[in-house]
Amino acid sequence: MHPPQPDSPPANSANKALVDDSFVPVRAKLIEVAAFLDRVERHGVDGDFRCQALNKAAQVLLDGEPERARRILESLSDPTTEPDDVSTGKPAVGAWQKPATQ
Amino acid sequence: MRYIEPHGHMVSRTTNDYQAMITAGCAAVCEPAFWAGFDRGSADGFRDYYRQLTEHEPARAAKFMLPHYCWLCLNPKEAEDLSLAKDVLAMIPEFIDRPNVLGIGEIGLNRNTRNEMKVLEQHIEIAVKYDQLILVHTPHLEDKLKGTKLIVDLLKSHSGVNPDRVIIDHVEEHTIQAVLDQGFWAGITLYPDSKSSPPRAVDMLEICGRERIWLNSACDWGISDPLAVPKTAIEMRHRGYSAEFVDQILFQNPVRFLSQCPKFSVPVT
Repeated sequence: MHPPQPDSPPANSANKALVDDSFVPVRAKLIEVAAFLDRVERHGVDGDFRCQALNKAAQVLLDGEPERARRILESLSDPTTEPDDVSTGKPAVGAWQKPATQ
Repeated sequence: MRYIEPHGHMVSRTTNDYQAMITAGCAAVCEPAFWAGFDRGSADGFRDYYRQLTEHEPARAAKFMLPHYCWLCLNPKEAEDLSLAKDVLAMIPEFIDRPNVLGIGEIGLNRNTRNEMKVLEQHIEIAVKYDQLILVHTPHLEDKLKGTKLIVDLLKSHSGVNPDRVIIDHVEEHTIQAVLDQGFWAGITLYPDSKSSPPRAVDMLEICGRERIWLNSACDWGISDPLAVPKTAIEMRHRGYSAEFVDQILFQNPVRFLSQCPKFSVPVT
């Protein structure tokens, strides 16, 4: 099998447009994250495992290493490898919590 | 511009959506069997659903000259009930030869349980026995990484499965490379909040290459966008990619995979 051939943006593309087009929307999302963390703290629910997972995942943004999206997704993922014996019957919630019985 | 919507749950969409898709350049829509938003009460509910997918919905799409194809299965969300699964899976061969059926899907896992794994294995057996393409749903959110690994391992362990005839859908940055490395096709789903956005999808194309990848909206009864695929073309063009690049990703790639089923054809313009 041939390895994937990564596609780079065309050489004549205006790479600056990546920033021009996206900076303000992404800035808004980062502020939403900050406001969410402020909000859950103000309302006393920042101990929720999902909020803690979000705080932990956000550290990835600051470490200066690449593949931030992949590593944040992995940070929020179930790290176990065996199928679960039974279903909880509940939907996924976005962050993994170690079951109390484990 | 022309594109294929390879994963859209059109039974949940309005006729206006068909109009919009045709206007945007949709050349064919493919509809995997999925969860209705509530658990069906009996196998007979699935019989009606399969009739809807193979009779009513293609007729509805045909009013807009849009070819409609479908995939059959018991969605993993309802796979925890092994008795129901047995009855429903026994029914699938009755429908498999219908003219718009492309294969078995979207099978896979939901919460990564042992029962879901059993039903997934049974679906794979049907696909192999009847020489069908396979479309795989990978789990949501925190379950996706583990579920994708379980699915890939199970598929690779079956000697009758040809990875080139399997698309593993809803990949994200943490699962796409493992899927491609094992020779499978990967589907990137453009879905608000829980899956990928157009910019992230194009990022994945830049990192992983343009081969064996398709984009889909997975539009359904939730907040979703049946025009997410053509809108992603705008992101590609903004980044300077050519019309040929857009055509390969949005049209040629899905046509290449889907044409492995002899029933699939689209007017090539």
